[in-house]
Amino acid sequence: MNANEKPSSRTLGVLAFPVGMLVVFFLIPFGIMVATSFYHRDPGAFYTPAFEFANWERLFQPVFLERALFSIGICLLAGAVCIAIAFPFTYFLTRMRRRPHVALLIVVLSALSLSEVIVAFSWYILLGRASGISNILVWLGIMNESAAYQPSFAAVLLGLCYIAFPYCILTLYPQLTRLDPEITEAAQTLGASPWRTFWTVVVPIARPIIVAGFLLVFVFTLGSYIIAFFLGRPEHWTLSVFIADQASANANVPFASTMAIFLTVLSLVVVGLVGLIESRTRRLT
Amino acid sequence: MSRRPEDVRGGLRLEGLVKRFVDVTAVAGVDLELPPGKLISFLGPSGCGKTTMLRMIAGLERPTEGRIFLDDQDITDRPAYTRDIGMVFQSLALFPHLNVAGNIGYGLRIRGAEKDRIAARVGELLDLVSLEGLGDRRIQQLSGGQRQRVATARALALEPRLFLLDEPLSALDANLREQLQVELRLLQQQLGITTIIVTHDQREAMTMSDLVVVMNAGRIEQVGPPLDVYRRPGSPFVAGFIGRTNLLQGEATGDGSIVVAGRPFDVAGSADAAGDVTISVRPEAAQLVSDGAPDRNALSGTVVFVRDLGELFECFVDCGLEEHVIVAGSPRDWVPVQQGAEVAVRFPADACVVVTS
Amino acid sequence: MRALRVVVVTVVVVFLLAPLVVIAVGSVNVNRYLNFPPEGFSLSWYAQLFTDSGWRTSIRYSVTIAGISAALAVLVATPLAYVLRSYRIRLAPLLYTLGILPFMLPPIISALGMQVFWLSTGHVGRIENVIIAHAIFFSTLPLVTISLAMETMDQALPEAARTLGADQRTTFRTITLPLLVPSMVTGYAAAFVLSLNEYIIAFLVAGFTVETLPVKIVNGLRYGFTPTIAAVAVVFIVIAATTFTLFAIFGNLMRFLGADPAILEKNEAA
Repeated sequence: MNANEKPSSRTLGVLAFPVGMLVVFFLIPFGIMVATSFYHRDPGAFYTPAFEFANWERLFQPVFLERALFSIGICLLAGAVCIAIAFPFTYFLTRMRRRPHVALLIVVLSALSLSEVIVAFSWYILLGRASGISNILVWLGIMNESAAYQPSFAAVLLGLCYIAFPYCILTLYPQLTRLDPEITEAAQTLGASPWRTFWTVVVPIARPIIVAGFLLVFVFTLGSYIIAFFLGRPEHWTLSVFIADQASANANVPFASTMAIFLTVLSLVVVGLVGLIESRTRRLT
Repeated sequence: MSRRPEDVRGGLRLEGLVKRFVDVTAVAGVDLELPPGKLISFLGPSGCGKTTMLRMIAGLERPTEGRIFLDDQDITDRPAYTRDIGMVFQSLALFPHLNVAGNIGYGLRIRGAEKDRIAARVGELLDLVSLEGLGDRRIQQLSGGQRQRVATARALALEPRLFLLDEPLSALDANLREQLQVELRLLQQQLGITTIIVTHDQREAMTMSDLVVVMNAGRIEQVGPPLDVYRRPGSPFVAGFIGRTNLLQGEATGDGSIVVAGRPFDVAGSADAAGDVTISVRPEAAQLVSDGAPDRNALSGTVVFVRDLGELFECFVDCGLEEHVIVAGSPRDWVPVQQGAEVAVRFPADACVVVTS
Repeated sequence: MRALRVVVVTVVVVFLLAPLVVIAVGSVNVNRYLNFPPEGFSLSWYAQLFTDSGWRTSIRYSVTIAGISAALAVLVATPLAYVLRSYRIRLAPLLYTLGILPFMLPPIISALGMQVFWLSTGHVGRIENVIIAHAIFFSTLPLVTISLAMETMDQALPEAARTLGADQRTTFRTITLPLLVPSMVTGYAAAFVLSLNEYIIAFLVAGFTVETLPVKIVNGLRYGFTPTIAAVAVVFIVIAATTFTLFAIFGNLMRFLGADPAILEKNEAA
């Protein structure tokens, strides 16, 4: 087969299964969701097919918009915090000798293997009053009495950073390993200390992937549900939590659908941006 | 920008330098004193430690033992960014996010110099390396030779005391390489800056250097001007590494006479000690003799192969030694012989150098 | 700078390991409640994983769903990756985007979409719902790995097979497919692990009838912490860490994650 050939109809037939699956079990559900956003929500029952804008109007009210902006805000913040720490960390990682390098990679991958649920509940404990970090501090004599650090904004932020962190590192890793060490050595021979080398050479070269990493964390955390649900009060909830909440607890599937579509558009825009940046990335070599 | 004689700085001294890595000793004890203002080559096969030495001088590697002195100041513990050096790396290591002017002016910018001064200096350097007007170009748009020149200009921007180059021309094709060898040499003479070039190409070292430091397996084999090292190699390794040579195994009787394959030989210098000796004779010094073998400094043999390259010829003669004897020369030295002919090869005494192992 | 390096690396390692430590300690604590300092050592919670029927059922559900949906994901992804990379198809970018879209978007969107879908068909609360939902959602993973393998495959190999007389089907069966097996396995493994851990889709689609492990854990957390939950987590971590360590020993972990071997050597020598 030749990558320039046009396929026979038999070959195209092979595509029927995967494309069919995707259409039936993704596009159609999405279409139904779009339709549902216009449905009428019956109090007490589910919902009836209709065509009204009630849900969409509700979407653009300040109450909801505030929630949406908070969601976006905390995810942007998580992106910034993650990148600010993950970038220097990954840079140092790529310069290490084999043994510590591989050991750290295993630590990162092990953290990656934790599900969001496990992460949420262990931070729930760590930041709780009864048995977490504050307990250790009391035991060590540093604090007088233990305090609960969750639910709180900081707890949600911490949790979001935690689940996004390994992904962030693994996204930065391939490009940072390609940074020729002779480039930083050259900067040193020109009089730049390691600190100045980092800021005047490494960061500018890596700027495209820093931005891409930031946006990736943003999209990823937008999709998080458990962290915000467990570690934050309702005022700290992200969009995903609201949607799930509306869909299950409130049984207001139409409104949930409306919010979901809004979230989809937002995500697509950001993902598109990432794609644009990656296609313009200067190679690091 | 030429230097006056009294400005010449950059005298380098290495004492007892050793570098051990986890599983290999790259530099096994080096003592060296280099004169300022000269172009010096570190020459040797890969793995001989020449690049490691250069990197220690640059401050990019810490010596396991030993001290490094620059103009009598001990710089061994100083990190690279505090040493007064300029370096050109094998990969050139140009900053991809800066254009030509940005690369060349980087060192000055780090020091906080004013924009005007930086621009003026960058202009000077662009002229110096024949890249006038190319300050705005991006690195990716340059040819191999142009990039080399940018790397050179960048390293020289701060007028360092030492100019270090690690196999700077190895990535270029042959013609460009030869052209740049000459350019670099002329540049160095114009600036009078102490320059150390690491290379594995002995012709490059011979072309450019005032002094050649031949290294092998982490140690220095010989230091000297190129022609000296060529004509008077100090060891079989140097003799074999620099140019080609005929190595003749013989025996010294201890009273000054030497015998090779049963024939008496006179050599340059003396051979007092008794025992096995190795004599090095360059192919172009050996001569073909068609009418009878002289009784001293000659061997007879059969012509095995003749290579006539027009501007020079090479003749391989089997004299019963381990390797064929090579006789080379220009057309006017040619003695017409064919494959299979019986000939004699004469080795003039002053071209026979005893190389100790 | 050296000090900064030590600080950053230490902070990150402590940060990443903190939850792991909590869980490990909690899983062997004698008490139901996690107090510090811990009061005793007990492996009873691990035992409960295998004796308690609720946990056993959940484990069974989770493993079944993960096993089948990952296979289905590979089944969907393979023909798509193969055809799109082998021929010139005008709609190729669009189709590829369709393939990665479910995973790129926040999971809640797929979850809600699946919920309304199954609701509208009346086929609710069944395990197949979750299986299909996971299969579609995670099909992106094998799609990416297999597409990458197709891209880097030496084109000369199937061409050589053609010159030796193999037709399209035979070439695929005997040459291309065996070469794709590693990427298919990687895609399967990734989908499997992620499916085991996945919550929101499983919950919205059939959370009340099919209680997978994550759903059971979250439900359990509402009523208070049980060390058995911690035991589950430890098992997951141990499996993952072991897998990666084996990979690091027998394979090349750094290269697998995208490092450039030539430059790695330069760094190692420094």
